[in-house]
Amino acid sequence: MNDLYDFLSGPALWAAFIVFIVGLIVRVVYLFGLSKERDRVAYNHADLGWGLRSIFHWLVPLGSISLRSQPVFSITFFLFHVCLFVVPLFLLAHNMLWQEAFGIRIPSMPDSFADILTMVFIVTAAILLVRRLVRPEVRILTTAWDYFLILLTSAPFVTGFLAYHQIGPYKLMMILHILLAEILLVVIPFSKLGHIILFFPSRVFIGFEMGTRRGVRTW
Amino acid sequence: MNEELQKPVDTKAIKELLDLNDSARIRMWLSICSRCGLCAESCFFYLAKNKDPKLSPAYKVRATLGELYRRKGKVDRDFLKKCYDIVWGECTTCKRCSLYCPFGIDIATMIATVRAVCNSQGVVPEGLLRTTDNYRDTGNQMGMSVEDFVDTCSWMAEETAEEIRGLTIPIDKPGARIMYTVNPREPMYYPQDIAMAAKIFTVAEEDWTVPSTGWDCTNLAMFAGNRALAGQIVKNMYQKALELGVQAIAITECGHAFRSALFEGPYMAGYRNGKPPIPIVHSVQLFYEYLRDGRIKIDPDKMLEEPATYQDACNISRNGGLWKEGREIMKYISKDFRDMEPNSEYNHCCGGGGGFIPMGGEFKKRRLESGRVKAEQIRATGAKTIIVPCHNCFDQIRDLNKEYDLGVKVVSFKEVITEAMIIPEKFQPIEKDDEGDAQD
Repeated sequence: MNDLYDFLSGPALWAAFIVFIVGLIVRVVYLFGLSKERDRVAYNHADLGWGLRSIFHWLVPLGSISLRSQPVFSITFFLFHVCLFVVPLFLLAHNMLWQEAFGIRIPSMPDSFADILTMVFIVTAAILLVRRLVRPEVRILTTAWDYFLILLTSAPFVTGFLAYHQIGPYKLMMILHILLAEILLVVIPFSKLGHIILFFPSRVFIGFEMGTRRGVRTW
Repeated sequence: MNEELQKPVDTKAIKELLDLNDSARIRMWLSICSRCGLCAESCFFYLAKNKDPKLSPAYKVRATLGELYRRKGKVDRDFLKKCYDIVWGECTTCKRCSLYCPFGIDIATMIATVRAVCNSQGVVPEGLLRTTDNYRDTGNQMGMSVEDFVDTCSWMAEETAEEIRGLTIPIDKPGARIMYTVNPREPMYYPQDIAMAAKIFTVAEEDWTVPSTGWDCTNLAMFAGNRALAGQIVKNMYQKALELGVQAIAITECGHAFRSALFEGPYMAGYRNGKPPIPIVHSVQLFYEYLRDGRIKIDPDKMLEEPATYQDACNISRNGGLWKEGREIMKYISKDFRDMEPNSEYNHCCGGGGGFIPMGGEFKKRRLESGRVKAEQIRATGAKTIIVPCHNCFDQIRDLNKEYDLGVKVVSFKEVITEAMIIPEKFQPIEKDDEGDAQD
């Protein structure tokens, strides 16, 4: 167990982060290179204002007409993403590890708060999963891979929560927590989860196409 | 055309096309669509058909372009027929879904790419395909000869000069401010449309001309997925305008012609910077400016009294950016304006765009069904008149009026403006004495 833990929190973690970062960089750089030749339309009508507004209105809850038409989904979706970022980044347990390993000090939130956010995350993830099963226009688009991804994204939170509260065998939970998080990290660059970066150029493009060219709000 | 369809699918040609179109945008869009389903409710096809999930934009793309890329072009005729029914029968490329997608995915562009793939295998609606030869041979979709066109213009000028003194339709006038281009159904079937435009331009004292060639601003090849021909069609118009040395090309009350000339055209014709070589101006813009600047004045007694509404043609409002101008014109001509909901850049497509009207009988039932959304919007306004600045919307809304018993009068801006405008003294025809000519 301990050897496995050391491996997962040592070399495997390095490997996962490298694949995550390099994978995303390669994906973005490849698309950027392709775009210079094939996507002149994206550059010809560039405008900072339209690009930024196109992004901004989809980063805030209910910022677009589309989100406002499905407010329960939109708030769930917003909370899901906020917790998804905030918990791993500002968790005391994680930041202690960063400090031990590299001497970096990242501000942390109180554990009780992190606990609440984790529960919020799990609830919102469950709502999103159920929505996928229940709404016909979403279900028809959903494949096994999509179900896998939502479960994979939730797994580190569930296992982390269980480990923290010492529900179930602790060492096993910790190992699963790290392993699942590492799988998630390496899957991101090669799947739709790449949208953590690609959301931005995609929104910027439509901001130019509809905004700069026609004065149309893409929200 | 039928022999084309008997040949086996040239999967190599399809693969080449797919590779050519494998751009950063398409790759990105296909890979990050998170299947959230938000696009569904934006699409009038989906809404009209009781929210059939197969009509969500994301589904339509996945079932066509997504599959094409997945299978690397190795598809059969059955698959292409499925694509045909989706990309021509279930989408007008109105671009409304792009406003609803969290990633702003441009579904319309992907549908257009599938149209190009289908076109390469001879799979195209007959109504669009049969205009190909006409465009190539005569530069216009109706195959009208230069003589016939110029004669029609002369005839209209002659007749209309009786109402507006000094009215002419100048052909090929070099250095004019605007070169006015039309939809061929005007000279072919409704020449009075050209006459009405002439009246407006004359009273507004516009410096205009109509070209003897390059006068067809429509672009059915664009709808057909024939990018090369579409580019050539637009180039004809640009080149004529440059030859004449005019300052701008003006587009009649047509939607897709504006989209073709100003937005898609430059790219299809090979202008890498995306700018047409000459400015393009739409009639809605022109009419708005004439009214705003007092070049055309409306007789207040001739304004529309009954409730009137305005059709936001997709390619003029959302995809043309002119929804405010259209509404400004309404202020001059209508006393009781009732806007549709939603409107402006969020309007719903009427269902007649994307080629549906020229695609003819084969697609009529489908567009009447999908048009239910627009019909209900119109009905909800309580309007008795609807101003429609696009030929295809015009036809569709006329049909919807019958199909759904809307009881509205369907008119264009030209019609209302010419009926309601004040003809200044200097353009009034001279009254002849009944006693005959003066003696000396």
